[in-house]
Amino acid sequence: MNRWFRFNQLWQLISALFLEIIREPGVLFWGILFPILMSLGLGIAFTKKADVLRKVAVVNSVDRLKTDNDTGIIWGFLNKKCEKNIPNDRDTYNWKYVIKDEKLGNSIFLFYDINWDESMKLLKRGTINVLLMQKEGAAEYHFDPMNPDAQLTYLKLRSILGVGEVKTVVSNAEIKPLTVAGTRYIDFLVPGLIAMGVMMSSMWGISYGIIEKRSKKLLRRLVATPMKKSHFLIALITVRITMNFLESMVLFIFALFAFKMTIQGDITALIVMFLAGNIAFAGIAVFVSSNTSNTEVGNGLINFVVFPMMVLSGIFFSYQNFPDWSIPVIRKLPLTMLTDGIRSIFNEGAGYHEVIIPILILTATGVIFFSAGLKIFKWH
Amino acid sequence: MQTENVIEVKNVWKSFKAVQAVKGVDLSIPRGQFVALLGPNGAGKTTLVEMIEGIQKPDKGEITIMGKKWKGNEDELHRILGISLQETRFIDKLRVSETLQLFAGFFNIGKERVNEIIDIVGLEDKRKSYVVNLSGGQRQRLALGISLINSPAILLLDEPTTGLDPNARREIWEILQKLKEKSETSMILTTHYMEEAENLCDYIIIMDQGKILREGTRHQLLEEDSNEKVIEFTSENGILPEDIHVTGFPFTIHRESSGEKGYVTLENFENDLPAFMTYLKSKNISLKHMECRRKTLDDLFVSLTGRKINE
Repeated sequence: MNRWFRFNQLWQLISALFLEIIREPGVLFWGILFPILMSLGLGIAFTKKADVLRKVAVVNSVDRLKTDNDTGIIWGFLNKKCEKNIPNDRDTYNWKYVIKDEKLGNSIFLFYDINWDESMKLLKRGTINVLLMQKEGAAEYHFDPMNPDAQLTYLKLRSILGVGEVKTVVSNAEIKPLTVAGTRYIDFLVPGLIAMGVMMSSMWGISYGIIEKRSKKLLRRLVATPMKKSHFLIALITVRITMNFLESMVLFIFALFAFKMTIQGDITALIVMFLAGNIAFAGIAVFVSSNTSNTEVGNGLINFVVFPMMVLSGIFFSYQNFPDWSIPVIRKLPLTMLTDGIRSIFNEGAGYHEVIIPILILTATGVIFFSAGLKIFKWH
Repeated sequence: MQTENVIEVKNVWKSFKAVQAVKGVDLSIPRGQFVALLGPNGAGKTTLVEMIEGIQKPDKGEITIMGKKWKGNEDELHRILGISLQETRFIDKLRVSETLQLFAGFFNIGKERVNEIIDIVGLEDKRKSYVVNLSGGQRQRLALGISLINSPAILLLDEPTTGLDPNARREIWEILQKLKEKSETSMILTTHYMEEAENLCDYIIIMDQGKILREGTRHQLLEEDSNEKVIEFTSENGILPEDIHVTGFPFTIHRESSGEKGYVTLENFENDLPAFMTYLKSKNISLKHMECRRKTLDDLFVSLTGRKINE
């Protein structure tokens, strides 16, 4: 029998640990169904343009009393072009105006006839983000210039109020909604979900598996046999990578059918990238769980590693919005590397040439953390 | 044939942070002997056994198993030892047979031995059950089965029956008794049940606070040749005085914590009983209940430490 590799041991460990996982009914839900539901929910929420409601306050000013109801840029527009509504319990708006748009979704403007104080209250609550006021017959817009949504409302309002006359969107031909494969939100999201899945189930699966077995004193029982210590960890990691692969496949196949996703780059590079990510997080997981037998402490340690990357690595939204100085740091996080790599293969047609460096860095990260973890690993 | 020692422990010391767990223990176990390490919780039994198992390293002293030290011989020694640790929990959602198969795999042992073990520990109708669904006694039998899977020359069991009800305990004893009849296995078992040590083991080592207090066969320890007996009694008329040494009489009366019950050890039962009765009469103590029994290991432990084993 070979001293360094014992196939029978490894095989027994792999099958036992695999059975342990698949016999837990929660695995099916959290590992497979949950990511699908998430992609479905977010995918639908961000791909289909629904009607957008824009609520605008029209502040009752002195100007109104001086002038005739129908004059002035705002009052003229409201009284002539808008649909009037008598406020009731359900709808408290006073005027309504709709810009019809098949491709971008309709914009519905609701105008509220209220005083300054009330409109401030609504502004603070985020119900409205633009205030309209008429002064000397001209329109005044009040909004936070840092709020992009308010800016959009302002631009749209300006285009319809114009110079007294109503201007709708000139021509739809000018605006081309991006619905080409690879540019939709779902194309951005699914690779992110795959990368996040790899991180989450490696960290929780491996770390928790180790800590739990240590606290049950199973680890010390295992090492009191001729079992090779490395074989136990290799088996644990193998089982986890297999599970991650299955989970990602299910998610991808779902996205393929439900959202017509495609892989534009090199599929083999994608698989290697995926493996490198698994190795990286498996190594980190072994390191994190190398010394504690307390599941609460383990919980904290895992969250400490996982949480910053969840927020920073651009899983759901691009990290380009973070301050400039932070972006080079964010790019070096393992989850960012994995996400960017998978995304570029999926959407930008990348191959080995583009992703070989992150693949090497991720693999090295995994190996280094694994070796360091093994050095300080507490078996009992 | 000269009996050789399978385990030799020489002047072994071990401490954890502030606690001196084992303080200079010597031990030798001959082949085929069943040895009990008897003592209360915290006596250092587990630490001693774990050092023999190679799980802990002694601070000082030497341990040899079959003439071999742990360092450099891990693989070989793991193959000749059968180990059951205190309170090990196995993988919940693994069946009994799969759990045994997993451990058999570490020793490169096939399915037949798994079936044999299931038969030996009497888990035939539980072979397909998940470990999580086993009762306490069944789990301990599984742990025992795992320790036997490699047909070990030496069995080290750490409190195999703690927390089990009397029936489940008896089942474990029966398995071990059969093993003793059929094989040459040597065994060290730690326990704080004196019946377990008395019923199962040839040789008993009493430990307390990291030291061996007394060791020998049950016969030797209890001096069964002598005419020594213990009288337990309950007084009818209230509280007995605290432990008293009666001048002029060869015995000391011990009072139990309740105050009404007491016991006395009479070294020569036939001569001393009348003297004891006379003493009671002189003190106007009338008896509600009286029982005469042989000396037990618990009595011995009390006489050595002033405490009971399970206190």
